[in-house]
Parts: sequence; structure tokens; C-alpha cells
Amino acid sequence: MKFPMLAAGFVLTAGVAAAQTPVLTVLTYDSFTSEWGPGPAVETAFEEVCGCDLRFVAAGDGAALLARLQLEGARSEADVVVGLDTNLTAAAAATGLFAPHGAAVEVDLPVAWDDPLFLPFDWGWFAFVHDRKMAEVPGSFEELAASDARIVIQDPRSSTPGLGLLMWVKAAYGDRAPEIWGALADNIVTVTPGWSEAYGLFLEGEADMVLSYTTSPAYHLIAEEDDSKAAAPFREGHYLQVEVAGKLAASDQPELADRFLAFLLEEPVQSVLPTTNWMYPARLPAGGLPEGFETLVRPDVSLLLSADEALSLRPEALREWQDALAR
Amino acid sequence: MARRAGALIVAAALAALTLGPLALVMARAGGGALGAADWAALRFTILQAALSSLVSVLLAVPVARALARRSFPGRGLMIALLGAPFLLPVIVAVLGIIAVFGRAGLFNRGFEALGLAPLSIYGLHGVVLAHVFFNMPFAVRLILQGWLAIPSERFRLAAALGFGPSDVARHLERPMLREVLPGVVLVVFVICLSSFAVALTLGGGPRATTVELAIYQALRFEFDLGRAALLAALQFTICGAAVLATGAVALPSAFGAGLDRAAVPFAPRGWRRVADALVLTAAAAFLLLPMAMVAARGLPGLFQLPPEVWAAAGRSLSVALPSAFLSVSGALVLALASPRFGLVATLPLAASSLVLGTGLFLAVHPFLNPTLVALPVTMLVNAVLSLPFAYRILAPEARALEADYGRLAQALGLGGLARLRWLTLPRLRRPLGFALGVSAALAMGDLGVIALFAGEGGATLPLLVQRLMGAYRLEQAAGAALLLVLTSFALFWIFDRGGRHAAS
Repeated sequence: MKFPMLAAGFVLTAGVAAAQTPVLTVLTYDSFTSEWGPGPAVETAFEEVCGCDLRFVAAGDGAALLARLQLEGARSEADVVVGLDTNLTAAAAATGLFAPHGAAVEVDLPVAWDDPLFLPFDWGWFAFVHDRKMAEVPGSFEELAASDARIVIQDPRSSTPGLGLLMWVKAAYGDRAPEIWGALADNIVTVTPGWSEAYGLFLEGEADMVLSYTTSPAYHLIAEEDDSKAAAPFREGHYLQVEVAGKLAASDQPELADRFLAFLLEEPVQSVLPTTNWMYPARLPAGGLPEGFETLVRPDVSLLLSADEALSLRPEALREWQDALAR
Repeated sequence: MARRAGALIVAAALAALTLGPLALVMARAGGGALGAADWAALRFTILQAALSSLVSVLLAVPVARALARRSFPGRGLMIALLGAPFLLPVIVAVLGIIAVFGRAGLFNRGFEALGLAPLSIYGLHGVVLAHVFFNMPFAVRLILQGWLAIPSERFRLAAALGFGPSDVARHLERPMLREVLPGVVLVVFVICLSSFAVALTLGGGPRATTVELAIYQALRFEFDLGRAALLAALQFTICGAAVLATGAVALPSAFGAGLDRAAVPFAPRGWRRVADALVLTAAAAFLLLPMAMVAARGLPGLFQLPPEVWAAAGRSLSVALPSAFLSVSGALVLALASPRFGLVATLPLAASSLVLGTGLFLAVHPFLNPTLVALPVTMLVNAVLSLPFAYRILAPEARALEADYGRLAQALGLGGLARLRWLTLPRLRRPLGFALGVSAALAMGDLGVIALFAGEGGATLPLLVQRLMGAYRLEQAAGAALLLVLTSFALFWIFDRGGRHAAS
């Protein structure tokens, strides 16, 4: 019988604390809150100015966030959600759980932004990362398919980068997507459930290239002083992953939530994102990007399907992918 | 009567914790439908699980026999190490297997040096290979236990009657295998049913889609709770059918009780001796090479672990120990009661941890902040999920105990705690130690459910390994994973060794 009493005790103390300082609950993905992500720095910086207690609740990856929110519904104690991407925002908007951010959007994104519900806080280009020693680096999906380069990708049914690749091929090739996937099939060593497994296999030497981000080489360069990795620029352009935050309509702290959304685009947060999330900040900090980012590939063409297109194209694109690779 | 009531309570709790969450998810969805892709996933799932379990057990029999009848230096260590692959976190083991059998692995580099074409591990054969790596050693332990449970008097009698190896096989070994093997095949089959990361990563693409991946997709990307619940129910149905099928095949061997004299191994000489040595060497190489690669990859990271890792390790331990005691107590109660509890004691193996976690989340969320109960829920779920293993380890010997000593105990009026103290615990020391070791180690490693509940800073060691990997820190992740393996194995070794020591 000890345990329910203990839990009741926790709930009581939590209630008492809440009466003193307002609590802002932020639902986000695992690697945002982890000791190596931006979470700890964001928490310290925001608590210095808000007179509140910022609490993170972590739930897997971007897709898990949305699923978690749908499970909780309007009863969710989260006030803000951080870390959905544009492949998920249409479904997130359809839940009716989000409130308009009401802010004027001033961001440095390679594309225009006018979503009334979601504010971008960082972004990156998907890219195939390879070792600089690789002999002939393909410059497009077609060259990749024609080469004998071996790649590892993530499954679009279980991973957000995997879904991003699906949209990349669809955005670049439209109706020719099945043909491209058919030609890529013999280059694909394997498909992993998530990003970590794919990246791990690549580092083990199982593949010449792995689907990741143009910013991945920056991690190796800055954190490990290893300049052996590079991203391959593709002529058809690179698909964007834009990570967004939104406010929940049922929040009991709507003003704090607004303040937090605005704070996400301010210097203290934006300046830590490049070296914690290893993505581009949505608003360039005054000090510019950290040293090392200037070595990264910057694609000329950025591809991004609108949130509604991404949602409506997904079933068809998934079927094409499955048919081409199951053969 | 009290024992039967106890078993009924445990069985009811077990059924509620495995089927209840599924019912909650289903109730929330209100219905669902399966598509053609789901049936294709089901076919692949059954195919790979059937192949994996048959190959694991076929390979395990000669290894168990060689271990049972030979004595050599390092035999105890080898038996203990057999517990290790089973306890490795999936992704760590997959990377270890790839370091040996992968494209850039030891084997292919060897082939390359010899001018041979490289072999690809990706495909159905890779999935089976990985599942055999995980489960064959566990199968060996279960079968070895069967061999050691044949009373030494029977072997003495066989020797006195001048039995040759084929006579021993016919009269002693085959009846034992007939009793033990169906259960072992069943456990491995059901474990492989819910395989997800191994099947996809080594399967090489969407052909290798399992039911568990379809569940993941339905829950995470489509929020189709109805489909997820139907798929989970399908897993339970296959598991139930497999339990019934094996129940029909298995026959009790009925050797009768022995006097616990020191075993005289039946150790035929000649070519069989050479064959046994070859079997043991091959098995050791197959299991040790990937584990050595895991250790080699983890060592550099082990000495530069971030401080959070130690706190997480403590949290994991505080979950693992109570979970193991709970699980083994429950399993013992069921195993002593009646073989009819076999189905309910196997069911948790087929549970989809995602559906389980989601159902429990739905149960807890209206009343409590899920983060507050992350560790107790993980403890409970791990106890439920490891109970089938504990049950499988305890059941054969518990049944023999009842058959051999039940009437005597009844005649003496030995019941309740006295019976537990003077009969049950002393006679079941060996399987109890093994079961506690396996349960504790499994509870260290599981992360299926904690992921939905853990908040800021409440991570267990497996979750932390995952977070490190997600933050590019693969070297530290490998170090933390090695720490996880070492802790799990140490727990396993302490309990298992304690049991074997007390029994000999």
C-alpha cells in the first residue's frame, strides 16, 4: 500500500509548488531534453527571465510527440509542443489541439513561412553523408542509382528522416518517383527503424553513404575534430526538415506559452541549437554560425512540400516505396 | 487449496496486465481494420519466427549434449556466458553481429584476403542468424537443464546394462528431449514473433516487415489505435495457438526421483568425443566473436562516461531487483500449481511492448502524471514480461518435484511455508537461481515501456544509451551499452552461480 501513498504525496507537493511559481510544461522529443541536446541550456535561460518553472516531458521522436498528444487529447498538461516537422504539422493541425501563435514570423529560412499555428525554430537539409575518401561521389539520385555506391536509409514508416527521404524523392521527381526507387533498390544495403541505427551502420563501414543532414559533418568536425565526413550535394535540390513549435489551445498558461514561443527564436536558444541539435537556427544569431559550419555544403535548391501536400501524398509515396523495394 | 488460490490470483493479474492494456487501446479506438500489407507482415513474421526457433533448437541440442557429458576447464564459465547474448540490448547485439558477419566484418575481410566474393548478411538468413545468436544459447541452457535433471541412477543403470550411445539416446535422452524441446521451440518462436529492429535492420528492407513494425507504424505515424490493437491481438492469437500445439506434442518423461548422487556423465569415447569438442568450439566462436566486438567497441567509451550514466545505472538496478523477485515468485506459484497455467504464463512473451505501454498510459493518464510512476510501472511491466522466461525455467523441475515428492510431502503433512522451506526451495535452487538471474538481467535491459513514461532526468540505462546514440555520441553510447551488458551479466552471474553452487 506504500506506493499509492507515495504517489499521492508527489502529486500534493507538485500541486503546492504549482501554486507558488507557474509551471510551463513543454512536450518535446527525447534528444531535445537529453543532457547533450539544447534542453538544459534552454531551461536555464528561460527560467532566468520568466519567473516560472519550465518542465520538459520527453516522448521519443517527432512522430511519437504527435501520437502522445493525440493519446492525451485536450487533457494534456503540456502547454507547448516543440519538435514536430512539416511532414507532421498537417496531421497535428487536424487534431484541433493547437492555437494560433499570433506572432509576426521573422525567420531566416530558405523558404517562405506563413503557418498560423506553428513557428519554426531550426531547420536542416537532408543529405547523404559519406567519407571524404569515397571515390566517385554521386551528384544526384540518378547518378547514385547508376553507381554501385551502397547506402543505408531509414524506414519512412518508423522514422522522420525516412519519411523526409520519401518526400524528397517525391518533391524532386513527382510521378517518376517509383522509377527512381526501383533504380535505387540495388544500392540500398538495408533499411533501419531509426536514424541512430543507420548512422551506426555507416560508421561501422557497412555502407558508403547514409541518409542524414548536411550538418552532420559539423558534429564530427566540431565535437570530434574529425574532418573526414562530408555531405554530397545533389543537383535536383535537397529536401528541408523544418522543426516547429506550437501552443496548445487547452494550455492553462497561454501567456507564458506565448513568451516561450517568442523566446525560442531569441539569441540564448538560437545560439545553442547549431551545436546541440546540429541544425541551422531559424533566426541567425548575432555572432553568426559556429566555426566549422562554413565548411558545410549549402545546396542551391531547397525543396519542401506544403504540410497538406506532404500529408496527402504520403500513402501513395509509401506504397510506391514499398513496391519498388519489396521486389 | 491456498496454493491454487495463489496461482489463480497470479494468473488473473498476469492476464489483466497483458490483455487489459490491449482492451483499453481497443476501447479507445472503437474498432479497426487490417490491410493487405498487414497480412503480408504476418506471413513474414511467422516464417522468420518458425525458422529462427527451429534452427536455434536444432543447433542447441548437440551443444547442450556436449556440455552435459563432457567436463573440461572453463565449462562453468562457458555455461555462464551462454546467458550473455540473450541479455544484450538489441541494437548493441546487431552492431556486434555486423562487426563479425557484416560487409566490413571479420568474415568478409577474411574472404577478401582469400580472394573470395563477400557474403551479404542482409536478408531472411541474416534475420535468422541474429535470432539464433540471441536465442540458441538460452535454448542450450534450457535443454542442458533437462539433461542434468535425468537422475544419475538412470545413467548408472544404463552403464550396468552395457548400453551403447544409441541405447542411451533411445531410452534416456529422447524421452527427455520429447518433454523439453516443444517448450523451448515455443519460447524462441514467441520471442521472435515480436521482433522488430533485428528483423528490419538485418532483413534488408520492407520485405522484412514484421507485425511489430506495423504496430509501430500504426501507433506512431498514423495514430490508428484500432489497427494497432488488432495487430497486437493477432500476435496473442498466434502465441495461444503455438502454446496449445506444443502442449499437444510434449510428453512427460517420468524418470522418477533419484537420490541426488553425483552425476556420472555418460561420456562416449572415440569420434563422438572429437565431435563434441568441435561442436563446443564452433558454438563458442559463434557466440563469443560478436560479444568480443561489443566489448572492444565499448571499452574506449567506458572510461569517459558522462556522470548521468551512473545515476541511470542506479535507477535501472532499483527497477531490476524488485522486478526479478516479483517475476520469479509469480512464476514459481504458477509452476507449482498446474501445467494448465502454461498459456497464461506464456502470453506476456507475445505482448507488443508498444501496445502495452500505450494501454498502461491510457490507464494511468486520467489519474496521475505518468512521469511520477515511470519507475514503478517499468518495474511491474518488466516483471510481467520476464515471467514467461522464469516460468519456462522453473516449470519442468517444479512438475518433476510434485510428481516425485508431492505424495510424500502430503503424507507427512508438510505444507505452507514449511514445505517451501524444506522441499521446494532446496530442490529448485538451480532453476530458481537461473530464473532470478535471467529476470533481473532482462529487467535491466528492457526499454519498451519506459520510453512513454520517462520525464526529464528519469532515464534508465537503456534509454540513456538510446539518447546518446541519438546525439551522435556513438562511442559513449557503446561504452554505456557495455556498462549495461556488464551490469546485466553480473546480476545474472551472481544469481545463477548462487543457484548452481547451492545445488551442487
